[in-house]
This record gives sequence, structure tokens and C-alpha cells, in this order.
Amino acid sequence: MAKLLQKESTHFHLMLLPALVLVLIFQIYPMTGIVLAFKDFVPTKGIMGVWHMPWAGFKYFRFVLDNPESKTILRNTLIISFGKIITMIIFPVVFALMLNEIRLRWFKRTVQTVVYLPHFLSWVVVAGILKDVLSLEGPVNWVLHHWFGVEPQMFLGSNDWFRSIIISTNVWKEFGFSTIIYLAALTNINPSLYEAAEIDGAGRFQKLMHITLPGIAMTIALLATLSLNGVLNAGFDQIFNLYNVLVYDTGDIIDTYVYRSGLMSAQYSVATAIGLLNSVVSFILVVFTYSMAYRFANYRIF
Amino acid sequence: MVQNKSLGSRSFDVVLFIILVLISLLSVAPIIHTLALSLSKASLAMAGQVFLWPKGLTLGSYDKVFADKQFFLSFWVTIKRTFIYTLFSVMATVLMAYPLSRETKQFKSRNVYMWIFVFVMMFNGGLVPTYLTIKSLGLMNNFWVLILPGLVNVYNAILVMNFFRNLPRELDESAGMDGAGAWRKLIQIYLPLSLPVLATITLFNIVGTWNEYFSAMIYVTKSNLIPLQTYLQQVVVTIDPTKITTDNVSQLTSVSDQTLSSAKIAVTMLPILIIYPLLQRYFITGITLGSVKE
Repeated sequence: MAKLLQKESTHFHLMLLPALVLVLIFQIYPMTGIVLAFKDFVPTKGIMGVWHMPWAGFKYFRFVLDNPESKTILRNTLIISFGKIITMIIFPVVFALMLNEIRLRWFKRTVQTVVYLPHFLSWVVVAGILKDVLSLEGPVNWVLHHWFGVEPQMFLGSNDWFRSIIISTNVWKEFGFSTIIYLAALTNINPSLYEAAEIDGAGRFQKLMHITLPGIAMTIALLATLSLNGVLNAGFDQIFNLYNVLVYDTGDIIDTYVYRSGLMSAQYSVATAIGLLNSVVSFILVVFTYSMAYRFANYRIF
Repeated sequence: MVQNKSLGSRSFDVVLFIILVLISLLSVAPIIHTLALSLSKASLAMAGQVFLWPKGLTLGSYDKVFADKQFFLSFWVTIKRTFIYTLFSVMATVLMAYPLSRETKQFKSRNVYMWIFVFVMMFNGGLVPTYLTIKSLGLMNNFWVLILPGLVNVYNAILVMNFFRNLPRELDESAGMDGAGAWRKLIQIYLPLSLPVLATITLFNIVGTWNEYFSAMIYVTKSNLIPLQTYLQQVVVTIDPTKITTDNVSQLTSVSDQTLSSAKIAVTMLPILIIYPLLQRYFITGITLGSVKE
């Protein structure tokens, strides 16, 4: 024993023990519960009796794939995530480029502090704020009505508006924080390139097009690639806190559907089957995007 | 840097300034609006008269918030939870990061552990199996259900691990030659040099725990265990679907007591508004130093 404790690797194992135990209990062990997707759930047997429940084969997967509701949910999920992915490339890049043109450091710093702030608020808090701001009597409707003559809109209760609201409020909350990585990339551009361009008589716009943009093109491509692994995740917290029965047709996504069918209506097998499909596809996407990112940009996280 | 200040370039600067000021205002306007509402007279708020400045200044809604017993209970749960979670999570993260930052030569099982942790970061059993596990472990309505399940954060561990790997190897080697073991090296060499990244993950943990509402929503029913965000979710954000008919649809978007709700939102976000600017300068260096390993 004493000899064992002298070995450095023994201490490494000891250090990793707490994390390993927690991961086994709360992340690996629940994976065995995936079997529910292939079983007919018998409530009287309780969850511990899952191994003694009759096999259902792929019944629940067929149910999910044949269910017309699934199409709506998948469509909503994809529209909302692609909307978010595209806007969250354009807005942060444009904003970072604008900030980069600013030479006054205190001004730059202040703007950064202010625009990062919403990122740190929870979607619960933000939803509380937005429900007021977007209400019929709220300031957004007031401005639209008094300045532009638009009739008041029920933004959060309308299928015409809901997805646009989700995508734009996501931009509002996250665009500032997402600029951090682009600003870091911008500071890495070699200043002598700008000096050389100036000597050759390049204007601000030409420098932007020929030095700055190519300088961060790799970062943009990298983040775009990595963002693809989240396409089945349209943002549970945001939608759950902002949606309601009226906008299920356009706002219900995979995660909110799993929550309602699984925990609210206790359709354990159906919800587990959807969850499993979701996890498997997401896992494949993560592995795929990371290997792409590694191959083309030599990016790795560990 | 040489700057040629032509007239066009100068007016471009002015336009840019104005745009950036407008974007900044737009970023905080909804937050300021909520603060203004919380400080306004209820009748004026209901009439839609309040924008960015309170009308009929009063602290009445804050009195009501602090007279609410559940609000106090929830506030206390959140403080306790945030403190304990952050402490344990930072400890677990550091303890994971050091062994994982070693070369495979020094720690043969490193890749096995790394593989397990990365796997659970990318793949999970899903909502229902996780819920049923917590239930079968008897953790429902237990304070620790708010702490333990999310304690291991692999992403943070990788952040710290990459930071450790970028520290000079000679430090580790010379400490080893002086007889320092793994624990002593971690505590006396690595931790003091890693303050930026430690501040970063501490901030992330504090903000993350403070903002977390979901686990209490599904695992907790006892009122003295409901965190502030979950409470806020229940009383301000949730619209009871059974109450929705086409007739009272307009109620959906008009909050019944705007000033009270706004005061609750304000108190819930206040600690974040205070702590975030203080730690901001750390997390930016922390993110850019630790996130990408070249």
C-alpha cells in the first residue's frame, strides 16, 4: 500500500475519482434507461422493473417516424436552428468589424461591457422582460404604432411572428458575447499588412476587404462548421420560457416535445425513443464537425 | 499606426460611433425598461406610460417582493446552492484537469479517462432516463439534487487542462526533482499560476448556477428547496395552458401586475449585474487562452 501511494499515477487516479463516480452515477448509468425506448412501459412495475417489461421492438420508433406531429417538430427545430446559426454568424462578425475600426479604447471597452451583458442573464429573466416588452401595451408595439402606424401585434401568441421573435431575441441576447472570439482573431492580424497596404494607397474599405476579412475568414468558417453540430438543438430554455399553446404549430421543437410527452404526459417510451434518436444524430454530427474542423483548420479542443 | 484622416474617413467614424451607441442602447434598453417599471406607480405602468425612466417613483413593489416569504426562501436556496456548487465544481474541475494535462508517458490511463469524459460530454441518455435515474436514487426533493448531477463540467475541465498544458514544463520537472508530489505540484505550482482561468470558470459556475431553473422544476416540489429562477419561472413566466381560451388571449401578453413582476425580475438579475463587470476582465483572457489549443 505504501509503495502504491509513492507512485504518481496512483494520485492521479485519486484526483479523478470524484469526477468519475459522479459521471458513472449521473451520466453513464442513465444511459441504461435508453432500453425503455424498446420496452412497453408497465407503470405498476415501476422504473426499476424495466428489465422485466415486455419488449416492444422498434414499435415506438415507427410510431415516432410515422407520426405527422414529428414532421412539424423536426421542421420547427431545423428552421429555428438554421435561423439562429446564420444570424449568429452575420451579426457578431459585422459587429466585431465595426468595433475593430474604433481607436478610442474607453469607448470600445464600454460598448463591449454593455453588449455582453444580456448573455449573462437567464432565459427565465429574459423571458420575463420580453413578455412585457413585446406585450400589446408594451414599448415595442407602442413605437411601431405611434411612429410607424403598425397595428399592435401579439408577438408571442402569433404563429406568424413566433419563430422570427425567437431568432431575433436570440441575436439580442448572444451577439455581443459571440464577438469575443472574432475580436481575438482580429487582434492576431499582423499590423505590418495594414502599413504595407497604406503605403500602396489602400483606403479603409480596401483594407477591410483585402486584409481584415481574409484574416478572420478561417475563424468564421471554423465557427460555422462547429455550429452545425447543434442543429437539432434549437434552444430549450428560450423556447420553453417564451412559448405557449397558441404557437405550438411553429414553436414546438424536439426538446420541448420530449419534455411535454415524457415528463408531463408520462409517455416514457415515446419520449425516450425521440431522445435517443436525437442523441444519436447529434453525436454523429458532433464527431463529424469536430473531425472536419480538425482536418481543415487544425482545431482541437483537447 | 498611420491614419489618414480624410473627410470621408472622418464622417465614417462619426456614423460608426452613432451606430455603436444605438446598438449598445438597444442591448440594455429592455433591462432598463424593466428596472423603470419596477420603480413606477402601478397605475402609470399599466397605462403603458413607462419607458426608460420611472414614472411616479415608488419602492412599493420592492416592499411587496421582500414581504413575500417564498421569495426569501428561494433567494436563500439560490445563494446556498451557488456557493456550494461553485466551490465543489471548481475543485472537481481542477482535480480533473491536472491528471488529464499530463502526457500519456507520465500517466498511462490518461486517454481512457479522457475518452470517458469526452463521450459523456457529447452523448447522454436523454431527459426521461435521467429523470427516472434521479427518481430511483431517491434524490427527489433533496437539496443535493440541485448540486450533484451537474457538478462535473467536462468543458471547463478541458479549458483548465489546456491552460495547465501551456505552462512551462520546466516548472513541473524542477518541482518534481525537489521532491514535490502530484498534490503539492498542483496546489503550490499550478494553481497560483492559473488565476485567470480559475476566475473564468468560477464566474461561469456562479452565473450558471444562479441562472439554473430546470432541475428544481422537475425534481423539487418542497417550497424551501425552490431556487429563485424556478420561482420566477413559475410566477412570472409560466402561463397556465388550461386558462388559455381565445377569449382571454390578450391576457397572454399583458402581465397582471407588471410592477411587481418587474421588481421580482430586477432582484433576481441584480447579483449578476453586480458581479459580471467585476470579473469581466478575467474571463476574456481566460476564454481566449484556454479555449483553443493550437
